[in-house]
Amino acid sequence: MRFGVVVFPGSNCEQDVVKACHYLGLQADYVWHADTDLSGFDAVVLPGGFSYGDYIRTGAVARFSPVMGEVIRFAERGGPVLGICNGFQILTEAHLLPGAMLRNRGLKFICSDVSLKVERSVCQWVGLPAGSVVRIPINHNEGNYTVDMGTLMRMVCYGQVVLRYCEPDGSQAPEGSAPNGAFDDIAGVCNERGNVFGLMPHPERMVDPEASGTDGQSFFQAIVERLASV
Amino acid sequence: MASYEVFVTYKKGIFDPPGVTAERALSNLGYDEVASVKIGKYIRLVVEDREGGLDRVKEMCDKLLANPVIEDYRIVEVEEGTVAP
Repeated sequence: MRFGVVVFPGSNCEQDVVKACHYLGLQADYVWHADTDLSGFDAVVLPGGFSYGDYIRTGAVARFSPVMGEVIRFAERGGPVLGICNGFQILTEAHLLPGAMLRNRGLKFICSDVSLKVERSVCQWVGLPAGSVVRIPINHNEGNYTVDMGTLMRMVCYGQVVLRYCEPDGSQAPEGSAPNGAFDDIAGVCNERGNVFGLMPHPERMVDPEASGTDGQSFFQAIVERLASV
Repeated sequence: MASYEVFVTYKKGIFDPPGVTAERALSNLGYDEVASVKIGKYIRLVVEDREGGLDRVKEMCDKLLANPVIEDYRIVEVEEGTVAP
C-alpha cells in the first residue's frame, strides 16, 4: 500500500501526512506538483498549506499544476484521493468535489481542536459508524464551506456529506456548530462515488497518541482496508 | 494592446465575510446610513490585440480569475493607457 503525497509550492503539511502514514505502517512518498506520473501509488493525498500563497483564491492556482491532470484521471478511474485543508480547497477548485470555500465568518484564522460527527455517507475513507464523534484540529482561514441548496440536497441524497462540525456530545448547536460559519456545519464531503474525500480538519495530526491522539487514524485505515479487500 | 478591467464579486446570496465586517465597522463609526457593503476584487489585464479578445478574457475569468460556483464577474474594456484607479 503506497500513498503519494503531492507537494505544491507553499504546501506545509506534507511531512505530517507522510509521518502519519509511516506511523501506521504505510508506505508514503512525496510527489512534486510538476510531476505527471502517479503510477505505483494506491492512494493520493493533497496536503494542507498555502499553495501558491493562496493567491486569487485558495487552491485556484494549484488546481492547474501539472500533476492535477493526473490526479483528476486517477480519481476518475476510482483511485482514492484525500484532500486535507488546502487539499480540500484544491479539490473544490478542480471540481472534483462540489461547493467552494469562503473566508471564515468573523475573518479569524482558526486553529483549535473541534468535534466532528461522522455522517452516513458513501465515503470510502470512513470506517467509523455513522454518529461517531471524533476530535481533530482545524487550522485555516478559509474553511467557510458554501454550496447552493440544490446541490446540497443532491449531496445529502447521495450520501456525500461526510463530516459535520458538532458539539462534544455529537449534537448540533441551534446557531450552528461550525466555528468558521460553514454552511450546514459541513466539515468534509466526498464525490458521488465516495473515492474522493475532502475535509478541513487535519486527521494526520491525530495519529500518534504520544503526540496528540488517535482520532485521525481511522480515515487512513479505512481506505487501506478497502483497497486490501478489492 | 487592449486593456480590460475585471470586477469579481460574490453571487447574490453568498455570504461575504469581509463585506459584513466593513458594514459593521462603518456602522460603529456612526455611518448609520450604510445599508450594505460588498467587497470584491479588481483585476486589470493588458492583452495583445487578437481576434475574439473579449471571449478569451471571459474564458480566463471562468477558468481562473473567478470561481463560477460563488462569484460573478463583469468585464469592462477600457482605453489603452488609462491609469488604473
